[in-house]
Amino acid sequence: MSRVAQRIKNMASEKTAAETRLHVGFVADPFAVRDSLGQATGWMEGRGICQSDRDRTELVLAEILNNIAEHAYAGQDPGPVEMWLMQRPEALTVQIEDCGSRLPGDSLPPGNLPSHDTALADLPEGGFGWFLVFSLTEDLTYYRSHGKNIVHFRVPFEDAVAN
Amino acid sequence: MDLRVEDRGEALLVTVKQERIDAACAIQFKDRVREAVATDHERVVMDMSCVRFLDSSGLGAVVAAMKLLGPERKLELASLTPAVAKVFRLTRMESVFKLHKTVDEAFGKDASAA
Repeated sequence: MSRVAQRIKNMASEKTAAETRLHVGFVADPFAVRDSLGQATGWMEGRGICQSDRDRTELVLAEILNNIAEHAYAGQDPGPVEMWLMQRPEALTVQIEDCGSRLPGDSLPPGNLPSHDTALADLPEGGFGWFLVFSLTEDLTYYRSHGKNIVHFRVPFEDAVAN
Repeated sequence: MDLRVEDRGEALLVTVKQERIDAACAIQFKDRVREAVATDHERVVMDMSCVRFLDSSGLGAVVAAMKLLGPERKLELASLTPAVAKVFRLTRMESVFKLHKTVDEAFGKDASAA
């Protein structure tokens, strides 16, 4: 293969890689989270990912990113968050990193559904976030490395699940 | 947070004119609902047809709104969009609220005749 042909081939594969992957970096406050979700859903739409898969992904990302804003950076200035989305044939794979405080016990919370079998006044107003994340993802993993929290997971595409 | 309030006699119709009820606006939503429902209507019907996205903070705010009404009054939700309905279904909160497919249905009109 000529050098020019090789270079064109390399450029083509770089372009493909860039298109199938989205990187977003921002500071963890609720409005920046909203903007980053807009970037993610816009990118997913451009990639031909269907509405229902976009909705589920947006919800999962919102829960994790807001958790970082509210808890990892609690009591300090909002810090950096980085998020990578990668489109695979059957799922979207996601990695999210932040430099905030570690999750309690260095592990993901159990993500149980809060009980709603109670009197009106005792109905839960929170605690649904991790339950939703666990419900809508696969291979959800958390670890701590070089002072960062790293979470990664897959959001399976509905068509892939159905087949 | 834009809420439109309409006195429908037996019930108060509160229309959420906002695409998102999320972590960024959940507290504001609660405050606006508190102002809106300061009436003596026994039923409050909330039209959710504009709300495209609801996260767990938003869900908590809707639950809080129902609690604000107290045990004698009812919060009913109408016209949930698919993504919002999914959050209610997954968290089993659909059993806690009275849900209507449309606002017309909430007011006893046959939607197919409309």
